[in-house]
Amino acid sequence: MKRALAQLVLVCCVLLTAAAKDAQPMADDPELEKRVTNLSQELRCLVCQNETLADSRADLADDLRRTIREQMRAGKSDKEIVAYLTERYGDFVLYRPPVKPATYLLWFGPFILLVTAPVFLFRYMRHRSGLITDRPLSAEERERAAKLLDSNIGKEGL
Amino acid sequence: MSRYLIPLGCFIVLVVFLAIGLSRDPHEIPSPLINKPAPAFQLTQLHEPGKSFKAEEMRGKVWLLNAWASWCVSCREEHPLLLEFSKSSPAPIYGLDYKDSREDALSWLNEFGNPYVLSAFDADGRVGIDFGVYGVPETYVIDRNGVIRFKQIGPITREVWEQTILPLVKDLNK
Repeated sequence: MKRALAQLVLVCCVLLTAAAKDAQPMADDPELEKRVTNLSQELRCLVCQNETLADSRADLADDLRRTIREQMRAGKSDKEIVAYLTERYGDFVLYRPPVKPATYLLWFGPFILLVTAPVFLFRYMRHRSGLITDRPLSAEERERAAKLLDSNIGKEGL
Repeated sequence: MSRYLIPLGCFIVLVVFLAIGLSRDPHEIPSPLINKPAPAFQLTQLHEPGKSFKAEEMRGKVWLLNAWASWCVSCREEHPLLLEFSKSSPAPIYGLDYKDSREDALSWLNEFGNPYVLSAFDADGRVGIDFGVYGVPETYVIDRNGVIRFKQIGPITREVWEQTILPLVKDLNK
């Protein structure tokens, strides 16, 4: 009896938390909601700046998602909505910064590095290989080496 | 010698960049609305729900729009200064009560004083979004032609008021 009661309480708890945690469906139209989520994953929340609009629980993110939803309902394209938001909040809302003079370094910098670094590496290696000269052993050195190889010094070391 | 100077130079450049990066507030996002026309809006007034306030009514005047809310902690910090400035401000200060309840907002103003000529009541924050508000308080300086000339993100400090806003308003009023 006690056990059944405990189970009942447990089930109730689980159901209650499930009811409490369930995300509220924001639109009756799952297609639209999917579009909202897809677009808001590309946009930055201005309050918690390392979160996307889709992930953020900030009030402003809620409002912006609502704005996106309304504009989609009104038939605006994703591009138009992004333009609307950048007009107000700047490029900062975009997770993918646009390619323009101010961001050239950001976009092309890594490629410039990729191209220039090997040039420097190559020059450095050529410079180094120039430092190493081929010098054959003299007869004396040859003899010493042969002696060392014959003797027990090396073997003991092993 | 250059063997040591080049890495040292790179290091110094890096340090300078990092120092600049560290001393900037990442929450201050430059507003793209500067030097653009302020969004048109029409809202009910906070004190008189029957009356409305239109941004257009302010054409021909230099004015300040301060986005605030009763739930906003930094607004309390800013409030005494706004009260003080409103007495001698060369431009009228209007409020945009952002995402607030009328009741809370009114009792907040009763408690702390009302620096605003009037406050427009933006219950659902739509006008706020139009203005690119993302963290109250924010203050806009709007010129005679309805163009935003300056935006202060976060509380106005005495320094900002005296060194930036006042000179700008005086200049715009000429």
